[in-house]
Amino acid sequence: MTGIVSGYDVEVLRKDFPILERRLADDHPLVYLDSANTSQKPRQVLDRLREHYEQHNANVARAVHQLGEEATAAFEGARDTLAAFVKAPSRDEIIFTRGVTEGLNLVANVLAWAEPPYRVGPGDEVLVTEMEHHSNIVPWQLLTQRTGATLRWIGLTDEGRLDLSNLDELITERTKVVSLVHVSNMLGTLNPVADIARRAHEVGALVVLDAAQAVPQLPYDVTATGADIVGFTGHKMLGPTGIGVLWGRRDLLAALPPFHGGGEMIEDVRMERSTYAGPPHRFEAGTPPIAQAIGLAAAADYLTAVGMDNVAAHEQAITAYALERLQAVPGIRILGPTTVEDRGGAISFTYGTLHPHDIGQVLDSLGIAVRGGHHCAKPVHRRFGIGASTRASAYLYTTTAEIDALAGGLEQVRRFFGVRF
Amino acid sequence: MQLTSMYQEIILDHYRDPHGRGLREPYGGESHQVNPTCGDEVTLRVQLDDDVVRDVSYEGMGCSISQASQSILHDLVVGQPLPRAREIAADFLTLMQSKGEPAVAESLEDSLEDAVAFVGVGRYPARIKCALLGWMAFRDASEQAAVAQGGTG
Repeated sequence: MTGIVSGYDVEVLRKDFPILERRLADDHPLVYLDSANTSQKPRQVLDRLREHYEQHNANVARAVHQLGEEATAAFEGARDTLAAFVKAPSRDEIIFTRGVTEGLNLVANVLAWAEPPYRVGPGDEVLVTEMEHHSNIVPWQLLTQRTGATLRWIGLTDEGRLDLSNLDELITERTKVVSLVHVSNMLGTLNPVADIARRAHEVGALVVLDAAQAVPQLPYDVTATGADIVGFTGHKMLGPTGIGVLWGRRDLLAALPPFHGGGEMIEDVRMERSTYAGPPHRFEAGTPPIAQAIGLAAAADYLTAVGMDNVAAHEQAITAYALERLQAVPGIRILGPTTVEDRGGAISFTYGTLHPHDIGQVLDSLGIAVRGGHHCAKPVHRRFGIGASTRASAYLYTTTAEIDALAGGLEQVRRFFGVRF
Repeated sequence: MQLTSMYQEIILDHYRDPHGRGLREPYGGESHQVNPTCGDEVTLRVQLDDDVVRDVSYEGMGCSISQASQSILHDLVVGQPLPRAREIAADFLTLMQSKGEPAVAESLEDSLEDAVAFVGVGRYPARIKCALLGWMAFRDASEQAAVAQGGTG
């Protein structure tokens, strides 16, 4: 490592990630700069998954045998681990979901059926922002279209931050929900969520956070965010795919109706009607992703052992390094904040007139993995007058040498297409 | 390097200097196509003169593969009778579905001329849609144009 100092030895840590030793076509070593898309997994997570399937596999909460008890203990133990990881006041506030997408859909759906004061109906408003991932736009469009409510949104400044100049017009007594991203997956912007939550609570609105990019990078305290509900996903924080967490304030969850109906979410079922379990099981119908939850707990243990303060410091340092290196490449235009202040690790950019597909393809031929496209955030691309961008995103295993490889790779891209900027 | 199998020089030439770009009047049919995975878009117009493709004009944003493909489409179908233009479009689809098989490209060389350079794209499933975007728009717009002029198409 050169250029930055981290609270841990990145080269030693990288040995925990078998995939980082891979060599790709033409013997290029993998340079993985797509962690905002999905992170790589350490051996500790992979071992925990294997151990569960090899030694303890059984369904949870319904098997009266030793394996069932072991699997249930591990699964519910994962709930304790995740509660501690985000400083949730109670383990019953941790709902396991498939990911943030399912979590946000859960919230948007149950608010159509909730009792007052939570129900969203005709004349009510839901407020989102222009920098949301599609998963924090479309569920709210569906809710408002189906209930006769209105969807509004906070616009953006040219620097890629929320334009809060008209917030008083946007948050009114009609506002029932304010749902926003904590750290943008495209611009990298870290939003002032506690301030916005305070304003929203003044009018009695619920505050929902998409923390998919925040929880993997920051020491996280759900209550400090000021939000009522926070969703995050496992696969972006070293865990398996197919598992996520929806945290909600206990009294709020207790007042909300079920989402999916099925096994495990009930108290009693008669042919005429059913009564439901309390949170969190009320919101976890069917066999849950058991191994995935256990794997996610292993990921949380791993991050805790490294230290989330160290993870955040490394993310800041490597992002600062990348912003500086990229801005020195002629033709690069960073979308979003150009310094690390109030910023996460995703760096999206345009490169002259070259298209992200072409940039990504040539970088791929050099072993460099970035994302090219709209990153499931079309409105924010439209806001900046483009259809797509290239995104590089680092994580705790990213080295400055990999950022150097990207900068060098971009020069090769330019030469390959024979253009000058 | 494998890269040059996709980005053949002829494709890069069309990308740097596209033929027939820009939307023109008159036109008998227009189609707007979007690639949902990357957000690329094309608006393409077709003008028929009896049964002959008189003009194909287009505008949009996209990668070199999609831009070059639209440029080559323009070169191949303008001046052709519509049934022949549709054969060319069908052949291009076959080429894209060939998984980069050189024998398929060879068998289509008489029909597709320079467009066989796209054979390498067929090896990259994520990029096939890029190459086909303009051709999908052409199929749609030419059908509209045929209907508009009262032909059977």
